[in-house]
Amino acid sequence: MRPIIELHGISKKYRLGQIGSTTIRDSVERAWHRIRGLNGQRKVPRGDFWALRDVSFTIQPAEIVGIIGQNGAGKSTLLKILSRITEPTCGSALLRGRAASLLEVGTGFHPDLSGRDNIFLNGAMLGMRTREIREKFDEIVAFAEVEDFIDTPVKRYSSGMYVRLAFAVAAHLEPEILLVDEVLAVGDAAFQKKCLGKMGDVARQGRTVLLVSHNMASILALCGRVLLLKAGVLLRNGPTQEVVREYLKSTSSQEIVTLDQRQDRNGDGSVRMTSFGMESVDSGHLIHSTSRMRFSVAYKSDRPLKHMRFLITIYDYTNTGIYLFDSDAVGGIPEVLPPAGAVSCTTDPINLTPGRCYINLALFRGTALADHIEQAATFDVEPDEFYRTGRVPPRDWVLCLLKHQWSYDENAQ
Amino acid sequence: MSQTVSEPSGFEIHIRPNQSWLGIDLHALWEFRDLLTLLVRRDFVARYQQTALGPAWAIVQPLIMTLVFTVVFGNFAGIPTDGLPPLLFYLCGLLAWNYHAQTLQQTGVTFTANASLFSKVYFPRLIVPFSVALSNLISLLIQVAMFALFWCYFKFFTTAGAHFGATAGALLLPLVVLQVAAISLASGLFISSCTAKYRDLQYVLPLIVQVWLYLTPVIYPLSKVPARWQWLVALNPMAPVVEMSRYLLLGRGEIHFGQYFYSAVISAVLLVAGVMIFQRTERTFIDTV
Repeated sequence: MRPIIELHGISKKYRLGQIGSTTIRDSVERAWHRIRGLNGQRKVPRGDFWALRDVSFTIQPAEIVGIIGQNGAGKSTLLKILSRITEPTCGSALLRGRAASLLEVGTGFHPDLSGRDNIFLNGAMLGMRTREIREKFDEIVAFAEVEDFIDTPVKRYSSGMYVRLAFAVAAHLEPEILLVDEVLAVGDAAFQKKCLGKMGDVARQGRTVLLVSHNMASILALCGRVLLLKAGVLLRNGPTQEVVREYLKSTSSQEIVTLDQRQDRNGDGSVRMTSFGMESVDSGHLIHSTSRMRFSVAYKSDRPLKHMRFLITIYDYTNTGIYLFDSDAVGGIPEVLPPAGAVSCTTDPINLTPGRCYINLALFRGTALADHIEQAATFDVEPDEFYRTGRVPPRDWVLCLLKHQWSYDENAQ
Repeated sequence: MSQTVSEPSGFEIHIRPNQSWLGIDLHALWEFRDLLTLLVRRDFVARYQQTALGPAWAIVQPLIMTLVFTVVFGNFAGIPTDGLPPLLFYLCGLLAWNYHAQTLQQTGVTFTANASLFSKVYFPRLIVPFSVALSNLISLLIQVAMFALFWCYFKFFTTAGAHFGATAGALLLPLVVLQVAAISLASGLFISSCTAKYRDLQYVLPLIVQVWLYLTPVIYPLSKVPARWQWLVALNPMAPVVEMSRYLLLGRGEIHFGQYFYSAVISAVLLVAGVMIFQRTERTFIDTV
């Protein structure tokens, strides 16, 4: 059978320093500097950046193919080129069929229009004909569970309703080729499950899907084949299990944040923290609600150090402290430390609800604050089967999860 | 294999860099024709959302401008109106001009105003300026209806009625409208393509519209332009169009066929060029925002 998608040597170049708004003044200035031979004196970094380099592959009809890779590997650029949002610098691609892309849910929703109007508008932007949308209208509304509000302007919707409606429109697209970018991660756990189910249906209907995701669970569940991108190059193209395993092995599980450049720090500066690392002890580079974590702090000074006290604070986006790891309260740090080195701290399962966490670091020498960096690092807690029901409360409700049991009291009246 | 593979539609999309300047993707535009109607609807509904007067605003705005013109240019400055009732004179000129100014200002920011939308979904970008041009036609229609009422009043209930009258050519008015739309769209497409890279033009746009108004015989008749400035007005494709609309509806105006022909050709050429530049810009625009 003829492939439905063919890519031949697709490359994409961005000019550094050109990303962002340009003004005529910039261009004139650049030309002026060029004339006067002052090349390189501009603040604008010069040079090219290849987001994609010579990527070629083919996809057969009815295949579901995942695209994985670290941030900046070129996954989104690839989808943007195939969606025709931007064009490649060289190479060519051929899509044999109607393609619709889903890079964001709710694209083009107009807050003043009713849910009904937005379904039609959004559907048309995604390439549906009005007739098609009319046929599926009831199905879409039922899927989104917004029957009672369908004639209300969407600006009055709760964010949950908004996202559900937006996904529902997208989920009922019926193009031959569907390009999807990480939109599965919307809504609450129950709705996410529904979305995954819908994606499975799409596959069974024989449509071709190209899916970009960081979520290995959904990649493993949906895709028959996976493309692994690294720094714009197609590294691997093969069976899902194999490529995902290779990818997880290749990504360093520890995330290192360098702190040398940070100017916004307090303390007397007699000791400086130079880098901060964090990783999930059990599950590689993803941090889950049940993960045990290991943090490490590297420091540097010009003298041997005595009575050092390390503090790591985890807090949420409202600046509410969640955990404090204090080396003085627990012990374990030798009385005397060499002038440069690193300490690490391992925790029990963190039991946090899915969401973003921020980290503050502080370092005391005796009672004097030597170094203090706020928001030294951030990490995201990914949802997992904490209660084995697939249901965990969202971060907006609570910060922590605690295993517990429920029962009916026979004796109480 | 138990899967049912969807029938190949014979539809093919070729993606490659630097496609030629020429070639307007009419096929894609046709595919998205439903989006065009929905956008027109959206523009119209959203524009008058939460306003007490609603679509009546389409009338209020030119009426107020007409009153200001009548007082300032008619009474204070004493600029003649070709022997026509000043109210009708200005209102008639504003029909074409308002459409032009609104369309130009709205389409001139197509790329910058829709940047986040354009970075997330593909559809032929031309749909957006075209939908603006179409939805402004609705306002124009309302304004023409209002003009008709004033026209009837002056014709049948005032003494000035004897001095003007519509010509049979008024039936050609849709062609004039088409030409205005071409000029407005063309200039809007040019400006939006330029603002995609240089935001500066965005700030100059209201100024361009302002200056353009004074170069167009809206507040003065073409016959009163001094001979040594005629060339400047002749360069402006909007001038003969406004003068023509006045001639067709009120029977007054200076129509030079050469100028009119020039304007028609220029409008068509500009529109085609505007569409090409716009399509050229849309392909990589998202890399520069």
